[in-house]
Amino acid sequence: MFQNIGEMLALLWRTLQALPLTWRHRHKVYDQLFEIGNASLLMACILSLFIGGVIALQTGPLLAERGLSGYIGGIVGNAICKELAPVMMSILIAGRIGSAMAAEIGSMRVYQEIDALRTMNINPVHYLVLPRLVAISCALPILVVFSIMVGWMGGALVAVYNNQIGISFQAYFSNLRELVDLGKVVNGLFKSFIFAVVIGVVSCHQGLQTIGGPRGIGRSVTKAVVNSIVLILILDYFVTRFLMYLD
Amino acid sequence: MNAPVTTQQGVRVTVRGLRRSFLGQPVLKGLSFEVDRGEIFVVMGPSGSGKSVLLKHIIGLETPDEGEILIEGESIQSPGVMDKYRMAMVFQSGALFNSLTVGENVGLYLSEHRLQAPDEIARIVTEKLEIVGLRGQENRSPSELSGGMKKRVAIARALVIEPQLILYDEPTSELDPLMAVTIGDEVIKLNRRIRVTSIVVTHDRDLAFGIADRIALMADGQILTVGKPAEVRSNPHPQIQKFLTADFNHNKERTPL
Ligand SMILES: Nc1ncnc2c1ncn2[C@@H]1O[C@H](COP(=O)(O)OP(=O)(O)OP(=O)(O)O)[C@@H](O)[C@H]1O
Ligand SMILES: [Mg+2]
Repeated sequence: MFQNIGEMLALLWRTLQALPLTWRHRHKVYDQLFEIGNASLLMACILSLFIGGVIALQTGPLLAERGLSGYIGGIVGNAICKELAPVMMSILIAGRIGSAMAAEIGSMRVYQEIDALRTMNINPVHYLVLPRLVAISCALPILVVFSIMVGWMGGALVAVYNNQIGISFQAYFSNLRELVDLGKVVNGLFKSFIFAVVIGVVSCHQGLQTIGGPRGIGRSVTKAVVNSIVLILILDYFVTRFLMYLD
Repeated sequence: MNAPVTTQQGVRVTVRGLRRSFLGQPVLKGLSFEVDRGEIFVVMGPSGSGKSVLLKHIIGLETPDEGEILIEGESIQSPGVMDKYRMAMVFQSGALFNSLTVGENVGLYLSEHRLQAPDEIARIVTEKLEIVGLRGQENRSPSELSGGMKKRVAIARALVIEPQLILYDEPTSELDPLMAVTIGDEVIKLNRRIRVTSIVVTHDRDLAFGIADRIALMADGQILTVGKPAEVRSNPHPQIQKFLTADFNHNKERTPL
């Protein structure tokens, strides 16, 4: 995986150079956006509701025992927007969309469609990679916005209705508002943007690298998903350090 | 990714000392030949002799280990040469874009390079599909087509480019005899109409001798002979005669081609 990082950076660079052509390929971007939204929005919301809920469930009783239940909104709010929403949504999208990208491009590679594009003087990076990368980089942060809001709600529901915690909605959200500012939300969105680029580049690169028949496609899909998740989790640490340094 | 601008029809192709191995296994072992402007050049040879690999080198999908390919005297490796000429390839498998409809496949070159307005593209697509006998199939998906229909869509897609060099990899291998004749005629007609240089890879001896200006016989990564159809047919080389006259044993009395 790590020997490919150079190639992936080169692919990213070639895609960035093609960015001015995005307008020309906007219909493909819309198609991809629709695909991502359609495939993931509902699942993202359900997932986030439960993640918010479980954080409240884990922290709430501990805080309540010590008479700190007033802080639960801030703790859940921070954990969701800075860490859990960006990372969990990225992992979900790596599985749901990264795999589809690798499979689609991989099968185009195996069945010579990419060769056909090249003989027609159509650059596969412009035609295939650019719209996907632009779409996922826009869609994932948007999805994370939904995820953050639903996650907070999930935390609130547990904080209010779990009888070991039992605080009011007002107490939850006023503490959340006190401890979570817009900067922290932007922080999480920035992370998810980086992760989106990782998923897009890793998956498209894996797709373009596919060799062999249907088995090769399967291998590419697995690699795209696993490598994306590994890179996301490693990068998460460094991006977090970097953002803390900026603060 | 701009569309090429040259208007001159038919290009001269020179292949010089072309060698290529895959994983240490030589596939092309030093090929040299020249195809004239506007010529129909047929390459025949047994399966696995490297014909498809040769075509991929000519259109720049593969890079030679040794030797070079020249178009109008310029190496295709040098920058800008591939963009200067319009070229098309009909893949052995068709290589249609499965996520697009038949019509979008055929019109893709024009729409991606923005060479025509959408309704003009639709008109050209209809016209080219009609040529290959697929009128009214624009909205079907490639996965709904038979092998031969896919091949014909691939040919229509190549015609749209109005190429100066067109490479056909087994254009008739999945077609019934009538359609094979139609496609053969179309290769000739296109060649007459826009003086396109055509390189046709085929096993089909009828097609080869029916359309070729010259024929090259390939075996095992090398060229056995190149010449006018009559010259090739009268070549006494045993391997050539065997390839040209092979037939079912119970049919021996049939006159060879
Ligand atoms: N990408 C590749 N990697 C490894 N070997 C290859 C590759 N492409 C072709 N070959 C080998 O090159 C040889 C020639 O293949 P090619 O497809 O050119 O044959 P062909 O003459 O077109 O045969 P057919 O008439 O059956 O289509 C074969 O032995 C094939 O295994
Ligand atoms: Mg072949």
